[in-house]
Amino acid sequence: MSSPVVHHAVHAAPKGFLRKYIFSTDHKVIGKQYYLLALFSVFVGMLLSVLMRFHMIYPDAKVSWFEKLWPTGAAGGIMTPELYLSLMTMHGTIMVFFVLTTAPQSGFGNYFLPLQIGAEDMAFPVINMLSFWTTFAALVVLLAAFFVPGGAPLSGWTAYPPLSAVGEIAGPGQGTGQTLWILSIALFCGASLMGAINFIATTIDLRAKGMTLMRMPLTCWAWFVTAILSLLGFAVLLAAGILLLLDRVAGTSFFLPAGLVVNDQILNHKGGSPLLWQHLFWFFGHPEVYIAILPGMGLTSTVLSVFARKPIFGYRAMVYAILAIGFLGFLVWGHHMFVSGMNPYTGIAFSVLTMTIGVPSAIKTFNWIGTLWGSRIRFTTPMLFALGFVSLFVTGGISGIFLGQPALDLYLHDTYFVVGHFHMIMGVAAIFGIFAGTYYWFPKMYGRMMNETLGKIHFYLTFIGVYAIFTPMHFVGVAGNPRRYADFKEFEFLGQLMPVHTFMTHAAFFTAAVQLIFLFNFFWSMKKGARAPVNPWEATTLEWTVPSPPPHDNFGGRLPEVYRGAYEYSVPGADKDYLMQNEPVGAAKTQE
Amino acid sequence: MPLAFIVWAFAVVIVYVFLARLWWFPPPINQHGITYDQHFLSTLLVTGVIFFLAQLALGYVIIRYRDRGKPAVYSHGNNKLEALWTSAAAILFIGAVLASTRVFAGVHLARPPENALRVEVLGKQFAWSFRYPGPDGKFGRTDIKLINDAAGNPFGLDDTDPAARDDIVTSSLRVPAGTPVRLTLKSRDVIHNFFVRELRLKQDLVPGMEIPLHFQADKTGVYEIPCSELCGLGHHQMRSTLEVLTPEEFRKWEQAQLEQLRQLQQP
Repeated sequence: MSSPVVHHAVHAAPKGFLRKYIFSTDHKVIGKQYYLLALFSVFVGMLLSVLMRFHMIYPDAKVSWFEKLWPTGAAGGIMTPELYLSLMTMHGTIMVFFVLTTAPQSGFGNYFLPLQIGAEDMAFPVINMLSFWTTFAALVVLLAAFFVPGGAPLSGWTAYPPLSAVGEIAGPGQGTGQTLWILSIALFCGASLMGAINFIATTIDLRAKGMTLMRMPLTCWAWFVTAILSLLGFAVLLAAGILLLLDRVAGTSFFLPAGLVVNDQILNHKGGSPLLWQHLFWFFGHPEVYIAILPGMGLTSTVLSVFARKPIFGYRAMVYAILAIGFLGFLVWGHHMFVSGMNPYTGIAFSVLTMTIGVPSAIKTFNWIGTLWGSRIRFTTPMLFALGFVSLFVTGGISGIFLGQPALDLYLHDTYFVVGHFHMIMGVAAIFGIFAGTYYWFPKMYGRMMNETLGKIHFYLTFIGVYAIFTPMHFVGVAGNPRRYADFKEFEFLGQLMPVHTFMTHAAFFTAAVQLIFLFNFFWSMKKGARAPVNPWEATTLEWTVPSPPPHDNFGGRLPEVYRGAYEYSVPGADKDYLMQNEPVGAAKTQE
Repeated sequence: MPLAFIVWAFAVVIVYVFLARLWWFPPPINQHGITYDQHFLSTLLVTGVIFFLAQLALGYVIIRYRDRGKPAVYSHGNNKLEALWTSAAAILFIGAVLASTRVFAGVHLARPPENALRVEVLGKQFAWSFRYPGPDGKFGRTDIKLINDAAGNPFGLDDTDPAARDDIVTSSLRVPAGTPVRLTLKSRDVIHNFFVRELRLKQDLVPGMEIPLHFQADKTGVYEIPCSELCGLGHHQMRSTLEVLTPEEFRKWEQAQLEQLRQLQQP
């Protein structure tokens, strides 16, 4: 540390409403803003998925309010295939960017990284505020795509050109809608880059005295590595997005080859390559999976340790596994392209690397079981969601072993097997991480406890629900069901799979309805929940040493000093079964 | 506690559905399909055991180590165990992918024989077209300005080229059984994907690229071809069929097509 006095993180408590709650530079307010933005987005995304599932089994149903919402896309109340595809595109985009990237990293990370490492704020509070409001603008621009002529784009969250690059001749929504989509993603990239720099600087520079890297909670490690992934990944996506925009509006041909005849029109492009987009997109897109899941893995580790009343099993191995996943995450993007026309030798190379990344993931699972072995489990709601996370992570990870082999991908690629796989692991496992975080940190964030009974009901019904939705997707995938089909009427073999789709749709209705219990619990507890003490879970990390909710400057002007690692539970000889990180040595001997 | 039983119940149901093959691949129609299925099964076996044991262990620790007043063990881990499961996972995962390389190589690295039947596959929003070179064995010249779907010329065949005059263009793929077939996949607008479940084969059609794909179908029958890469609003309707005929039937069909062509081309 070259400068002993830290000035840049200190700012006085603001007075006015606007500076306090809207344009705040307080990491805690910004963290909550991000969280609420993600909460809004997840319900929009879920509603879209329910509509999609409805359309799949009732493609000809007449629903009058569809027409009110989408006068052209659902003229006469019947949803068109193009409306289905635009719902799918928006569902994927909203969920991946505005929920899975936003809640665990920008939401919880912002709120708890400074608290857990003993800092008064993030390194760059103003950039932090800018980053949130840029994300907000990105969401507004994205949702605006629903209301422009032609509607939202239909090229999926992956936006493969030429479909995404040639304009509305390729389909409704491919005009203004697709342009707005790209602008939204570009804004989101900018916001994520600002956030990433902030997280990296904060972790490196603002740790309290004694908070060595190897004493950091695994959540901080996860946020740190996720920030590095964001910095490298979103930079590339931003560049790719700008190139795609230029192809659309400036007549360039980065992704468009010669000889295109779209909708009977000969296009004047030449020299570009549709595969270039796929390489750039997945160079971001695969690390993105880890951006979504790493914070959940860090949080699951912490929550398991807290409620198992036992130190994390193999802390160092967990840290190395996070680093290995982060590094290898940038070397596996080609496994999304086994059937893309890429050189087959490249496919084999990518598949070996892909299988290698399974190793650190397996290490994490083993260590979670190891943490629980010989423990003393308290079944609180956050613990249930963390245990659910482990189960879902195993189930979702296992199917990756099929898809990572180019030979098996020759059939399974772009079937529902893939949809089941990534929803299990990147979708619901990550969402379970978010739920675990919500139930775990809500008392700190809002100063009140969430209702445990409602929490448990929410957990059990959701756990059963998500298995019921996403497991059968693997079955129809094995039967060859292609994804991104608006309905299954044209193909004989798909007709036979309709009973499974009907089952999944009903499971989706059920699971979506159950989320209202969560919503109610969340807002009701905010007002009426029992007052939260400083450390309701008897956890060891620094956020549990300050009042719930913490004051504006977090630690009341006196930064904590750290004496031990983050997971000292059931230490022999200690007078209680946990030792706070800032409790002076002498209380009991602990391992480093 | 109830969580353990739910986890176990799901593990049992999932394993049962895969073992009972309630929903499964259609029967394979060639050697590649048989090899594919064998490799799928061995992967399923290995991963199935890992999956089941992991969920079993999770349920076990949930029941066994619920808070019963006994203090938890104070342990930070075990390096021997870490080394053991790290190497076990590495061997298993990398072994699986190396074993599968043979299956992939058979499709993409092996060359089809010179005398393979050549067919061009063209994707466009939202239809498939297939082109056979005809008796001269040459694909005739094409020009995108001549493309006319309504007149049955999706490839833009140039009739001034004699090699183009005997090209057969169809909307479904017919091949003789037991004969190697070499496809050249092309798209003229957006990315599509050629998928035949019974062949266990899937390949994108990318504009600007000519992607080779070869197979041999041994069992006669009609098999559906669903487009498997999102191509726009009619994606779910982009259907064709692969008809595997006996060599005799195929010859007859080809002759009939050529005869039809000759009649059309007479002034």
